[in-house]
Amino acid sequence: MFNPDIIKPENLVYEKTNVLTDAIMHYCPGCGHGTTHRIVAEVIEEMGIQDKAICIAPVGCSVLAYNYFNVDAIGAAHGRAPAIATAVQRMFPDRHTFTYQGDGDLAAIGTAETIHACNRGENIVIIFINNGIYGMTGGQMAPTTLLGMKTATSPYGRTVELNGYPLQITELLAELPGTYYITRQSVHTAAAVRKTKKAIRQAFENQKNKKGTSLVEVVSNCNSGWKMTPVEANKWMVENMFVKYPIGDIKVDGEKVKK
Amino acid sequence: MTEEIIIAGFGGQGVLSMGKILAYSGAMQDKEVSWMPSYGPEMRGGTANVSVIISDERISSPIISQFDTAIILNQQSLDKFEKTVKPGGVLLYDPNGVFNPPTRKDINIYKVAATEKASELGMAKVFNMIVLGAFLEVKPVVTEEFIEKGLLKSLPERHHKMIPENLKAVQTGKSIVETVFEL
Amino acid sequence: MAKELKLMKGNEAIAEAAIRSGCDGYFGYPITPQSEVMEHLMIEKPWETTGMVVLQAESETSSINMVYGGAAAGKKVMTSSSSPGISLMQEGLTYLAGAELPALVVNVVRGGPGLGTIQPSQADYFQAVKGGGHGDYQMYVLAPASVQEMYDFVFLGWEIAFKYRNPVMILSDGAIGQVMEKLYVGPHIPRWTEEELRKNAPWASCGKPADRDHNIITSLDLDSAKQELHNHKLQAKYREMEEKEVLFEAINCEDAEYIFVAYGSSARIAQKAIQLGREKGIKVGLLRLITLFPFPKKQIAEFSKKVKGMLAVEMSAGQMVEDVRLAAEFRCPVEHFGRYGGIIHTPHEVLEALEEKIIKG
Repeated sequence: MFNPDIIKPENLVYEKTNVLTDAIMHYCPGCGHGTTHRIVAEVIEEMGIQDKAICIAPVGCSVLAYNYFNVDAIGAAHGRAPAIATAVQRMFPDRHTFTYQGDGDLAAIGTAETIHACNRGENIVIIFINNGIYGMTGGQMAPTTLLGMKTATSPYGRTVELNGYPLQITELLAELPGTYYITRQSVHTAAAVRKTKKAIRQAFENQKNKKGTSLVEVVSNCNSGWKMTPVEANKWMVENMFVKYPIGDIKVDGEKVKK
Repeated sequence: MTEEIIIAGFGGQGVLSMGKILAYSGAMQDKEVSWMPSYGPEMRGGTANVSVIISDERISSPIISQFDTAIILNQQSLDKFEKTVKPGGVLLYDPNGVFNPPTRKDINIYKVAATEKASELGMAKVFNMIVLGAFLEVKPVVTEEFIEKGLLKSLPERHHKMIPENLKAVQTGKSIVETVFEL
Repeated sequence: MAKELKLMKGNEAIAEAAIRSGCDGYFGYPITPQSEVMEHLMIEKPWETTGMVVLQAESETSSINMVYGGAAAGKKVMTSSSSPGISLMQEGLTYLAGAELPALVVNVVRGGPGLGTIQPSQADYFQAVKGGGHGDYQMYVLAPASVQEMYDFVFLGWEIAFKYRNPVMILSDGAIGQVMEKLYVGPHIPRWTEEELRKNAPWASCGKPADRDHNIITSLDLDSAKQELHNHKLQAKYREMEEKEVLFEAINCEDAEYIFVAYGSSARIAQKAIQLGREKGIKVGLLRLITLFPFPKKQIAEFSKKVKGMLAVEMSAGQMVEDVRLAAEFRCPVEHFGRYGGIIHTPHEVLEALEEKIIKG
């Protein structure tokens, strides 16, 4: 029950951004998608670019992202979001076209589209959620699945012999001269969320200044797919995912960050 | 009137551009025309050929296998296309590098020593226009006035200064064509 | 309006038409025998004149998805390719149809299957008119038989594509793509301004103004009941095309006892075969199909009541002939003749086939 005595402007401490719709998200509790959606939407609101933002939604858990972002949106075929964003942004150079993709979408089936969009330096923003698994289809192995990690299609754990190595696509993309800003962040703590939001803001600012491709990777958990509680999943992510996928800037202002 | 022509030789001999100039000239003379090249790997250094049709009527098929005239610039093309000339048709060839000349007795055969003449006169660049001149002497399917218009339309503007030399080559071709066999 | 005479290859005519018809974007990948489309665009540099975007993609998969993106944003966008490349595009085509997006796709068909040959063929008929990609969908398929039609059908293609919000395919072949013929071109039609785009394509995702809801372009509906409704809507659209948008040309059919049914290059060859046939006293005509979908079912049904037989002439092992038979419903014999694998039949062969398979048969 709402208490009208409390709901007053002077008591307001937090308000959902208008750049998110009122649709109830289908994401699992504890998943990073919801938080990442929120901070992307907040950045769009804060920059005053809702009328210019065009979201390219992927195939994967965030296939319905277009129902949540209150901006014009286009649902892509699996992996093709960077090609679609390329065309939209080239035809509307003053817009803010961004893709929102998972690891299967961006780093497996869409590898060619990703690499070539980045290599052409398309003036787009790529938000890349890496949770090392195919969540939507029921927890199969992803290109970023860690060695030894059990999934529905690597039930005894991923092995090099059978599956090759986890793909550090973000480091690979940083090698391309077309990319301007590449960073890897996470959303598992309040501090991490603040840093990620700053990174997303930076990506959209770069786009505004026509700097080329900016990519923000968000290492996230998939507690359902990993078969853990959300808290366990975050702990496992810090102890395992962050080792293979270390948090931090990889390329800033077109220059690779020295380790 | 419908004239179906095959022009064949080595890539680099100006086969395609000769066909293009002929087609353009026909178009300028208000004829229906088509220009159909061989394409693909054949374009790389080997033989090149193009079929050109000039007609008073709508052209039904641009792809043809029998020709009123074959203009032949090397032995391979002669071997391939001599048999495709319709009985009573014309075969015009440059004897340079042709060791086994045409033998048919049911077609008209002419030769034009264009390679030799072009090198003698320093006109290598317009060699193909000498051949075209020889053809027009045998079969005046387009008039000279329209050849000039065709050149104007088909050559990029920066090459328009070359038009007088092209027309001179056409004249040269007309004057040196020889009859080998006539029905 | 004054028309300007040019001499152009079919492929170049596609490019010229794109620029002159107010096309906003072309995305392609080189493949013989259609590479002149993109080559001509790159020479013309329309981005400096009309503002048209031209981009060489990393694959046909990518170029069709660039088309999907541009179309979703309400732009007039197109691509072109040849058979193997069009196979790669099937994913994008079904998504375009599913999301109801207008787009223009040119297939300059070569012989197959597989890498096949680079010579002309009509063996992609099934792929073009029966789907090709997954799901129940149709493209509007135009079959040009001349360089002039390559040009004209780009203009017609935009009209149909936007009227029905549906992908349009121009199904050509290596011969029409490579042949150079006379072409009359008209004046430039300017590209839509953003205002015009928002008026003509209010559904487009090109940036949400404050006073409307966000537009969503997608082909996904997880609710099967809604997906079925969507399919009903698509089917109604295709039936409307069948009702209103059939195009064909009847040549020498008034007194015809026999009829060739053909499209594209084969129709031109059949036209020559008519001439040869009539010289021999055979009363033969040609039904030249201009739209392959919608298929001129009614017209073929009518002819099947009047003539002694039909010969479907196509450069394939027999694809279009199935639709001719369905429409003729056994009222008259319908046979197939065609060379394939990149071989083009001659008018003599076509006439011989008519005599052997229909007249004697």
